[in-house]
Amino acid sequence: MSKRESKALRGPVPRHKEGDEVVYIDNDSAPRLIFSGEDILCEDLPVGTRVVYGKPPIEGLNNPGAAIRYALNHPLDADPLYAQLAPGMRVTIAIDDISLPLPPMRTPDIRQTVIEILLEMLDANGVDDIHLVIANSLHRRMTDGEMKRMVGKKIFDAFHPDRYYNHDAEDPDGIVHLGKTAKGETVNINRRAVESDLTIYVNINLVPMDGGHKSVAVGLCDYESVRVHHDPDTIAACDSYMDPPRSEMNTKIERQGAIVDQHMKVFHIETALNNRMFGSATDFLGRNEDEFSEFDRMKYEAMRFGLSKLPTAAKRKIFQNIPAEYELIACYAGKTEPVHQRILAKLNDQYMVSLKGQSDIVIFPIPYVSPYNINSILNPILVQVMGMGYFHNFYRGKPVLRKGGAVILCHPCHDEFDHKFHPSYIEFFNRLLPETRDARKLQHKYEEEFARNPSYIEMYRRGNAYHGAHPFFMWYWGENGRNHIGKVIVAGAKNAHVPARMGWDRAESLTEAISTARSFVGPSASITLMKWPPILMADVE
Amino acid sequence: MAAAAFYDLDGTLCRTNLVHAFAYNARNQQGVVRSISRTLSTVLSIPAFVAADFFDRRLFNDIFFRRYKGESEDRLRYLAEELFDKVIKPSIFPGAYQLIEKSRQLGLRQVLVTGAIDFTAIPLVRHLGIDDMVTNHLEFVDGKATGRLLPPVMAAATKASWMRIYAEKEGLNLSECYSYSDSMSDLPMLSVVGHPTAVNPDFRLKNTALQHDWPILDLR
Repeated sequence: MSKRESKALRGPVPRHKEGDEVVYIDNDSAPRLIFSGEDILCEDLPVGTRVVYGKPPIEGLNNPGAAIRYALNHPLDADPLYAQLAPGMRVTIAIDDISLPLPPMRTPDIRQTVIEILLEMLDANGVDDIHLVIANSLHRRMTDGEMKRMVGKKIFDAFHPDRYYNHDAEDPDGIVHLGKTAKGETVNINRRAVESDLTIYVNINLVPMDGGHKSVAVGLCDYESVRVHHDPDTIAACDSYMDPPRSEMNTKIERQGAIVDQHMKVFHIETALNNRMFGSATDFLGRNEDEFSEFDRMKYEAMRFGLSKLPTAAKRKIFQNIPAEYELIACYAGKTEPVHQRILAKLNDQYMVSLKGQSDIVIFPIPYVSPYNINSILNPILVQVMGMGYFHNFYRGKPVLRKGGAVILCHPCHDEFDHKFHPSYIEFFNRLLPETRDARKLQHKYEEEFARNPSYIEMYRRGNAYHGAHPFFMWYWGENGRNHIGKVIVAGAKNAHVPARMGWDRAESLTEAISTARSFVGPSASITLMKWPPILMADVE
Repeated sequence: MAAAAFYDLDGTLCRTNLVHAFAYNARNQQGVVRSISRTLSTVLSIPAFVAADFFDRRLFNDIFFRRYKGESEDRLRYLAEELFDKVIKPSIFPGAYQLIEKSRQLGLRQVLVTGAIDFTAIPLVRHLGIDDMVTNHLEFVDGKATGRLLPPVMAAATKASWMRIYAEKEGLNLSECYSYSDSMSDLPMLSVVGHPTAVNPDFRLKNTALQHDWPILDLR
């Protein structure tokens, strides 16, 4: 038997990896950086923990303007845009709202680039009856400042407020009933869009549930049309709602989209962005910690020191002021379905990471931002929707967590709400959740009351509040997660009552949370850390 | 069980307040000299009104309504329609119409609970399609105002008491009722229902609403 070489002579031991995106923790692995609200934890994880990273960003297109023009002139299953235009026609350009992309991208926003090209083309073809409508559905109205940032000063000054405005789902004169699907789903859509000769939808796609028929059929609809698919039964039937062919929600929205197509002429423009969420100063946050340079470690230590000296509100403000460095990686235009299929394929290239097998315990870092709290607070209901909703559903095939396993959410869970943006969430959290967490009971007993509450309606219409029914939808979005997950533990929650009200266990630290999870699923439980952000989706074999 | 939406008037549904109504009457006195002197006297009294209102709404009422002493009932009623058309109607907040309409669609009874005088509120109630109202009433003797209000005087806690009695009489469930006001003096009126909303609130009410997690609405 040959004598085994000493460890020093063997050289660096290759880490146990499955590709660049999946790394296993061993004895000398670096600690991992984990988002927890406005803080970034630095945690040693148990040996054997699988850490899943996002793919490196796909290189952005060198000339986004050229790509957009090419898409408009070579659309899928439709005539080129210029061929559909005629002088004097009425055109509505509908635009995704501030919930996309996440966080907001550096200026110029890709929507500005697309709209500038569109307006140029419309002008050249004699079209001057143009309205820009933000397809915010039941989301909050964007503020003037946000609207200006999204399309640039020039367009804002030319169109706002008369021809550039937010969709109003509660305007009795602004909504048209288009009909019902064969399954009885109501389709009510924005009047201006319906009565236009052509509606052009400008979309941003980050995840597979964005875009497609969801753009018009949901973005420009009213409460009656949303409630048919934003309900507990539909969500429970999704496996997952990020996997369109296996999403009951997507099926219902496609049926509504077919009704839209019968009544409206829609030219769909979809864009896909890469996942370059961080700029050069903070790009280490998305990388494998074992490969950090000394400079990366210094940057992290400086960031940690700075954050430790600041109150939560100041940290939030700092993070909210760091725009993402997203770049355009694809643009297609034309008929809704083929355009969406092409974009989905591109998104899968960027976001889908292959994983072998499920885990008994999965750690979800919950960052400071979600689609519903741009420039605001991630309140407990939104923490729930990020964990049980979005992150649980970021899979294709099977969930990362095995059925009945334990999820660890890393978040401080402050009992803090934004009175201007989320007034109905406050009542939902304080009045309804102490009574029940049962989504169906909440739906039947209270959804209608909140949706029809005149104060919430006026705050949605005149202020910047989410619709009264929105917290219900957010709760339902966690339904398939709740049905699948055996136990939820919040690591680092700053109080006991928020986790208790949400039906979660609380742990002081991630280490304690892992111990609690192991006592629930077994001492030899497998653990996976999904290293969000940036966004990644798991393709689980 | 049925429910209602209770609205304060001044500052909540419209921009005007009691002083606007009185000032209009003062400006339209019989005789130029009388009009000018009444108007000047009203303007000079405004700081006293503000101070009294800040201290206690009942004190404000005592001081303010004394100024009606000697006014003719016929003339006040005659001027009320004109006051509504020229002063109150243009000052109704645009959002007030939508709020009342949505509230009515919900099947809520619309009730005005105000410290304004009955004859100034009647045209507005008619205009907004409000079902019921409670207001203050001036005392008249021989067709002339005495400068006193007939009890119960609608202010602060009295509004809440009236709402409780009204709800009992009409079979309304207060925990399902809505209440809207702009002023801290109406805290009891807001506290007595299940769905209070601060509308265009003053600083003190805004802070209270934030502390109680009540919705804050801007109808302006």
